[in-house]
Amino acid sequence: MNNSKHIVILGNGIAGITCARHLRKQSNSVRITVISGESKYFFSRTALMYVFMGHMKFEHTQPYENWFWGKNRIDLKEGWVEKVDFQGKELHFQSGEKLAYDQLVLATGSQPNKFGWPGQDLIGVQGLYSKQDLELMEQNTSSDVNHAVIVGGGLIGIEMAEMLAYKGISVTFIVRETGFWRNILPKEESELVGRHILEHHMELKLETELEEILSDESGKVRAVRTSKGEEIPCQFVGLTAGVTPKIGFLKNTELQTNRGILVDSFFRTNIPDVFAIGDCAEFHESPAEGRSKIEQVWYTGRMHGETLAHNLLNEPVPYKPGVWFNSAKFLDIEYQTYGHVPADWTQQEYHSFYWEHVSGKVSFRMLTNSKDQIVGINNFGFRLSHPFFDQAIGEKWTGNQVIENLDKANFDPEFFAPYIQAIQEAYAKEKGLTLKLNKRSFIQKLFSAKL
Amino acid sequence: MKLTQRLGIFFFLIGLIAFTVIPFLGEYQLSEDQMVSNVKDIHQDQMRSILSPMFEKEYSSSFAFVGEYNDLMAGYNDVLKAESKWDQVIWDDYSFPLAKAAVISPIKGNPGLFLFLSIGLALIGGLLYILPLYKNEPTGIKNNGVFHSPMKNKGWLGILTGSYLILFYVVLYLFPAYMVNLVWMVEPISLTLSGNPASQWFLYGLIYTLAILVMGIRMFRKYRGNRYQQVRTISVMFFQTAFAFLIPEILVLLNQPYFDFKNIWPLDYTFFYDYRIESLTQSGAIGMFMLVWGILLIVVGVPLFTYFYGKRWYCSWVCGCGGLAETVGDPYRQLSDKSVKSWKIERYLIHSVLVLAVVMTVLTIANYFSSFGLLGNVTNQLHSFYGFFIGSAFAGVVGTGFYPFMGNRVWCRFGCPLAAYLGLVQRFKSRFRITTNGGQCISCGNCSTYCEMGIDVRWYAQRGQNIVRSSCVGCGVCSAVCPRGVLKLENGPEEGRINDMPIIIGNDSIKVNA
Repeated sequence: MNNSKHIVILGNGIAGITCARHLRKQSNSVRITVISGESKYFFSRTALMYVFMGHMKFEHTQPYENWFWGKNRIDLKEGWVEKVDFQGKELHFQSGEKLAYDQLVLATGSQPNKFGWPGQDLIGVQGLYSKQDLELMEQNTSSDVNHAVIVGGGLIGIEMAEMLAYKGISVTFIVRETGFWRNILPKEESELVGRHILEHHMELKLETELEEILSDESGKVRAVRTSKGEEIPCQFVGLTAGVTPKIGFLKNTELQTNRGILVDSFFRTNIPDVFAIGDCAEFHESPAEGRSKIEQVWYTGRMHGETLAHNLLNEPVPYKPGVWFNSAKFLDIEYQTYGHVPADWTQQEYHSFYWEHVSGKVSFRMLTNSKDQIVGINNFGFRLSHPFFDQAIGEKWTGNQVIENLDKANFDPEFFAPYIQAIQEAYAKEKGLTLKLNKRSFIQKLFSAKL
Repeated sequence: MKLTQRLGIFFFLIGLIAFTVIPFLGEYQLSEDQMVSNVKDIHQDQMRSILSPMFEKEYSSSFAFVGEYNDLMAGYNDVLKAESKWDQVIWDDYSFPLAKAAVISPIKGNPGLFLFLSIGLALIGGLLYILPLYKNEPTGIKNNGVFHSPMKNKGWLGILTGSYLILFYVVLYLFPAYMVNLVWMVEPISLTLSGNPASQWFLYGLIYTLAILVMGIRMFRKYRGNRYQQVRTISVMFFQTAFAFLIPEILVLLNQPYFDFKNIWPLDYTFFYDYRIESLTQSGAIGMFMLVWGILLIVVGVPLFTYFYGKRWYCSWVCGCGGLAETVGDPYRQLSDKSVKSWKIERYLIHSVLVLAVVMTVLTIANYFSSFGLLGNVTNQLHSFYGFFIGSAFAGVVGTGFYPFMGNRVWCRFGCPLAAYLGLVQRFKSRFRITTNGGQCISCGNCSTYCEMGIDVRWYAQRGQNIVRSSCVGCGVCSAVCPRGVLKLENGPEEGRINDMPIIIGNDSIKVNA
């Protein structure tokens, strides 16, 4: 495709970089510039915790070697953009530099939520999102920190707790809900994670909110006070109650924003030739049933990038996400989800099949609708196949069909305990069925871990 | 760190110091009789006259003894070499057997005590350190602090360890005469097992096996909860102890040829050398069985097993070099270079070694059947070149000595001709692949970081592609350290094994045909 327009992408996270890569894949001639003030080279944000814990060096979080960008003629520009001149199609940098664009892709990402708590800007109080946050956290925990409080029980919170534990810092979680990540997880799963947190000698204060962060005379955090009036001495506070689109410099411009930059299903903003993708974009209408208007996970950032790159060079198509999926790791317990599993439901709406291993660390839940069609699953402590459930949920398999074929969904390494079999047996028992199940091989039986 | 672990480190260091000091103990005094019983018949007259100044003379150190031996031999040989009388030159190096015979040290009288003080204490220390690891911690693989460790991130401790290993290998391969005291320590064990006196290779084999066993136990601690890693580790511990160490020694005790049933040409590059073939063909039915077994492994075993299971069946389940890499080398796996440049170097280097090994072997066989008429000298030269540069320097000094600098698979990745052969089968005709779990990859890089073969696993995983690479030894650690359940080692149909996913699953906006 011959097209020499200059596409400028603001932000080099997974959304922006995926967009840039796919633009180059489809066009040899289009000019691509990616701007970031955070770091020159693309890195995996989700891996920052591993750098902190010494599992990796920062360079290991960079998925592409440094020569990759030059070879693919993707210009990287380091710097913070202060202002966008939408009329003149020009970016103004803090340094005073300017950069003209033909089309602008805003992929500025998120920042940690701060809800105006008293003391939220004290020394030793921070969120964790960017490379700079990581550096700050290293500085904030370098000495004299014995105890930390983490506000909010979510995915970044649990990561932060693991990081602090690496440094021998004890942790108290303050969680507003009745269980850990309870706004997303059903009760049993939330309890499973909660137990595992306690197993790691961390403290979990549920149905508790942060009132105030207290300072010592030097402006450093010394304690927090909770909604229950308790004062918890601590030298570090992690604010991990979600993230919010990072669009401060775009507020009060002609660009239409709400919580994020408002876009249609083609990622078009209200201004021609200006698009927004990733964490910072907010759809007018939710992109599919049951999905949020702001999608803030790695995978959706990647899909936004794929789709917009296509649209900038071809006949535009609307963003149409497929079956939802996500994954995380809670300390030692892996979690995957496919399809739609809400935190709560009514019995008329869905039927739930839930199985939990006696260890209390492995579980499986399948939700089916009133027509016995699978709508989603949660699995903890073992691995299931994405392609399998993408197909099963996409094709609306019945519960029995899913369970009968569940051995094909196994994604655990060889010789792991046969959880799948246990689930199949439990399901058959609950339903009073005899299922046609595949036998395990002799070798597998001989060497495999026992249930 | 717990008290027992500190104690473990203390014992280990004492053992290591003892092991290092022991070679320097004692004096050397060579008698004519000792010379006679350690030198080939054809050399005895010359050696008697060459070494006569040394007989019954006391030497206070191995340096003085070996130094004089070398001077005398050089004096004799140089004259002949200058006159081009090549056939009269004594090429055999008798320094090791003579030093071993001549040494007078407390070790000779009390080998068990010194064995306990050195290798024994190191062993006990190692276990005291390893067994309490991760005690009272929930199951899960922790690579905490790996890159903050001076041992595992090329810090001072790593440099020291690597230097010590390199020094050990240089002495073992090139100057074994200086370590005769260490060999005396294991003399009784060798006599019990095979009825033969110990050589430096017996000492090495014993240490090698013990190292795999102790560090294998560490693997059980580190990868607890991961049955694949545990079963695989038991396998390498078993094959090293039984097949590489005990069975060959016992065969010798039973007057059969020394034979490692799991060593395969071209890793076992001397398999077709004339002295090996002769020893097998002269050992009756069992010798013939060994010869046929060895050839069957090459022509049937490797392609067949690799087709069904990938090269992992050998490299990370059976092989001795692999066994050491997977146990002793495990703490260094993250140091392998993941760049495309090193991949390029790897492909040139390993396939060159394979070509060299094949050419050398073809010449050797041709030579054998033409009764040494054809290119006899070239073959010998090639043998010593290969033996020194590939067999000793590359596989030993670099292969293991460089663990703390370039990771634990330097030899397997850049040099092993058998790995190259297995790799060709794995790449082009195998059911093995590492399957990527749809779109679940978050590009975190744990897989690439902990790949000992330097494969950039993430490059494939983040594109939803299966990993099909000739170098993959199937250790399964990428899958073990993945936080999102993305990677799975699998044997499956060849169809769809190499896949392309332009738009990763989960996004239904665009339909692209791969």
